[in-house]
Amino acid sequence: MSLKEQFTVPGRFRTISLSLMAIGIVSLVAGYFLYGTGDEHYQVRFWGTLIHNSVFFLLVVNAAMFFICATTLAMGGWQLAFRRVSEAITVAVIPLGVIALIVLLALVLGHQHHIYHWLTPEGDKILEGKSGFLNPRFYIIWTILTIGGWIILGRKMRLVSAELDNGPVPVEQGRKYVFRSTVWASLFLVWFALTVLSTAPWLWLMSIDAHWYSTMFSWYTFASTFVSGIAVMTLFVIYLKNQGYLELVNREHIHDLGKFMFAFSIFWTYLWFSQFMLIWYANIPEETVYFKPRVEGAFKGLFWFMFVINFLAPLLILMRAGSKRNYTTVTFMAILIIIGHWLDVYQMVFPGLSQDPETGKYHVPLNFFDIGVALGFVGLIMYSTGNALAKRPLYVKNHPFFKETIIHHT
Amino acid sequence: MGVKKFIVGCFDNEDVLFPAVKSVRKAGYKIHDVYTPMPIHGLDHAMGLRETSLHTAGFIYGIIGTTTALTSITWIFTRDWPLNIGGKPHFSLPAWIPIMFELTVLFAAVGMVLTFCYLCQLAPFVKKHHFHLRATDDLFVMVLEVTSKTNEADTINFLKKAGAVEVNVQVAEDGWWLGRYDKEQKLYQGHGETVIV
Repeated sequence: MSLKEQFTVPGRFRTISLSLMAIGIVSLVAGYFLYGTGDEHYQVRFWGTLIHNSVFFLLVVNAAMFFICATTLAMGGWQLAFRRVSEAITVAVIPLGVIALIVLLALVLGHQHHIYHWLTPEGDKILEGKSGFLNPRFYIIWTILTIGGWIILGRKMRLVSAELDNGPVPVEQGRKYVFRSTVWASLFLVWFALTVLSTAPWLWLMSIDAHWYSTMFSWYTFASTFVSGIAVMTLFVIYLKNQGYLELVNREHIHDLGKFMFAFSIFWTYLWFSQFMLIWYANIPEETVYFKPRVEGAFKGLFWFMFVINFLAPLLILMRAGSKRNYTTVTFMAILIIIGHWLDVYQMVFPGLSQDPETGKYHVPLNFFDIGVALGFVGLIMYSTGNALAKRPLYVKNHPFFKETIIHHT
Repeated sequence: MGVKKFIVGCFDNEDVLFPAVKSVRKAGYKIHDVYTPMPIHGLDHAMGLRETSLHTAGFIYGIIGTTTALTSITWIFTRDWPLNIGGKPHFSLPAWIPIMFELTVLFAAVGMVLTFCYLCQLAPFVKKHHFHLRATDDLFVMVLEVTSKTNEADTINFLKKAGAVEVNVQVAEDGWWLGRYDKEQKLYQGHGETVIV
C-alpha cells in the first residue's frame, strides 16, 4: 500500500486562511481607532480583547503539544497516525507566543493599571500583600520564561520526531529513540505544570480581578483550553481525511478523539463547578464578588449559554458511541466546543474590565471586534499549521509503535 | 437450558481461530460460544454477536440514581427535616450536585456490575460446564451445537481442516446449576460421557 505522505496546501485553504488573517488585521485596526485611541475605558476594551484572544489561542495550540507529550509518556501508539497533525498545530505556538508576549508586556510596560490593578498597589492592603507575586518584574521575567520554554521544548519535541524521517529504525535504536523522546516529553510536561497548570493563568488572566483568587483557576483554564486543543486537532484530522490524506486514520481514531472531547468537557465542568461551589458555600464577600456579575449580573446569559454548550451539549450528544464515530457529529461538536470555550475565557477576562466606574453596573461589550480578532487568530493557526504540515511527511511511519495505530481498535 | 450434544474444537493460535470462525459460520454451523483465555478484539464481530446494550442499561441506572438523589434530598431538606445551614435556602441545588453525582455513579456502577453478572450467569454457587479446562490457559475453544441436521463426522473433519489441534464430542448441560467447582459432582449420570476422537 502506498501512502500519501506529502501534503500540499490547497489553494482554497491558503485563500481562506489569508482572508481570515486579513479580517483579523482589519478588525484590529478598526478596533484601535474605535477603542485604542480613546480614554482609559476604551483602551481597556481594546486591550481586553487582545489579551483574551492571544492568551486563549496560544493555550489552545500549546495544548496540542501537551497531548503529544502526555501520550508519549503513556507509551501510547494509537495517536501516531495523526501525530504529525498535532505537531504541525504546535508550530503556531511560535507566532502566537510572540503575539501574546507583545500584548502582555505592552500591558505591564505600558502601565495599563485599569486592567492590572496590581500595577499600582500603593494604599491597597490586599494588593500590597500580593506584591511578592504580582509585581511587574516577576511578571515580565516569568512570562518570557514561560513562552520561551514552550517554544524551545516544543521545537525540541518536533526535532526528535523529525529524526524518524531519515529511514527505518532498527530495534536497538528504536528503544533509544523511545527513551529519549520520553525524557524530552517529561521535561515539557514539568514546564507545562509549572506554567499552564499553575502560574501562567494566575498571572495573565486571574490577576485582572486582582483582589480575588482561586487556586483552581489554572486547572480550570487548562481544562478549557485542552478540550479546545483536542477539538482543533480533530478538525484538522477530519479536514485532511476529507482531502484524501491520512488513509490510516479511521473511525477508531475519531472515536478516541471524540472520547477525549467528551471526557474533558466533563472534566471542565467538574473544575468549573468545584470552583463555583466552594465559593458559593463559604459565601465570603471577597470571593463571591467574582461570580456576582457572571452568574447573576450582566454576563448571566453568556455564562449559562456557555455552560449549556460546554457541558450539556457534549454530555448528551457525544455520549453515544455512534455519535463519536460519526464524522459530521464530531466536526459539529468540535466547532461548538471551540466557540464555547472561547466564550468561557471571554467571561474570565471581561467582567473585571467592563464595570462602569460611576454607576457600578456591568455590561457585555462583545461585538464584531472580538469576533474579527478571533477569526484573525484562527486564520493564523490555519496558515501556520498548513505550512508546517507541508514541510514534513504526514506519518511517523518509522516510529517503533507505528503498527499499533494501524491495527488500533477501540 | 437443557442437556445438549456439542462438538468442541480447540485451537492453539489466534491467527488460526479467526479464519476458522469465519469459515464455520459460512458453512452454516451453529456456534454455541468461543472460549478464550483473554479478550480478543474483533472476535465478537467475527462471531456475529450483536452489540451489547449494557451501556444503555448503565445510562438508565444513572438516571435513576440522579432522580433518587434529587427527590430524596429535596424531601429531606425541604419537608422532612429542614435545617438552616449558613442561612442558605432550604432548596440549595449547588450543595446537592455532589450527592446527585455520587448516586448517579453508584447506581450506574453497581447496576452495571450486577447486570453483567446476570447476563454472564455469574454468581456464588453457580456452576457451568467447562468444555476444556485449558480455555483459561492457552487454548481457544470453539463449541458447536449439534442439531438434528448436523453430520458429526463431517463437522469433526471440517474443524480439523480449519486448524483445530483437538476435537471432541461432549454431551453437557448448557445452562447453569447450583454447585461448586471445588467439589466433584456428577450431575447427569449416563449423559456425561466424553468421547475423545
